[in-house]
Amino acid sequence: MAEAGIDQSHDHHMDPATEYSSSKLGMWLFLGTEILLFGGLFAAYAIFHARYPEMFYEQHLELNRTMGAINTCVLIFSSLTMAMGVSAIKWGKQKTAAILILITIICGLTFGVVKYFEYSAKFSHHIYPDTSIFFSLYFLMTGLHMIHVFIGLGILAVVFVLTLKGKFNAKYNTPIEMGGLYWHLVDLIWIYLFPLLYLIG
Amino acid sequence: MASHSHSDKHEHITSYKTYLIVWAALMVLTVITVYVSYVDFGTMNVVIAMAVASIKAALVALFFMHLKFEDSITWVFALFPLGLLFLLITMTFVDTFTRVVVP
Repeated sequence: MAEAGIDQSHDHHMDPATEYSSSKLGMWLFLGTEILLFGGLFAAYAIFHARYPEMFYEQHLELNRTMGAINTCVLIFSSLTMAMGVSAIKWGKQKTAAILILITIICGLTFGVVKYFEYSAKFSHHIYPDTSIFFSLYFLMTGLHMIHVFIGLGILAVVFVLTLKGKFNAKYNTPIEMGGLYWHLVDLIWIYLFPLLYLIG
Repeated sequence: MASHSHSDKHEHITSYKTYLIVWAALMVLTVITVYVSYVDFGTMNVVIAMAVASIKAALVALFFMHLKFEDSITWVFALFPLGLLFLLITMTFVDTFTRVVVP
């Protein structure tokens, strides 16, 4: 605890423990805002589903359950490799961490490719966001989620390169952990989107 | 309590084994929720699907996101938005379905 000799004229960093715990709290706070961002759409979904249950039921049958289920598995697996990557770097295994982050990125890209084929199939059946309230919500919710997948991939790409460069180790790995938290949130939201859109409609 | 960096201050590192068990549980729950969706339980379908999703979300938050091992202030930060989300959805419901003139 270096209380003595704090020079106010310099840009002092917090001590590592405080820096780490405040990063984590800040991240959780941010994730809270993300939940509420999607929350508006969840509220809209709940209201319209309660009002037009038959329309939601009929139209959700247009969605490809198999594709949705595959993407669910892909995303859950990517969360697993991300979580393992965080453990790996905390044990000081830089190379293992890098590989696990890379697998996570590949899974995220796979998710995007599957979603691309799904959207293409919808468009070829002349289903667009203005087709109905159900599809409006479908495209909005999965679209906003997709944006989050891309942002997550961007963060993970940076973290991956920095891990390869050896910037992280057992003592300092906050960016990997925070990137991981963001990635898990993306997974968390999909865990609700999948049944709401593909399974119950 | 001498100078502690975060790595020696009761930091918990989850084993690969634990993560693999959680992942297996998530896969089983995914299979269950897809399977149940092909069976007609009426309104119970929604309840079951949301219950399974919430168990999955809890597993992801507790283990993958490490919440199980975080301090109480992190829990407050994590749970507070859920309270707001609950308010948002219930208040919107109460508003929309108690109007005399349905918009």
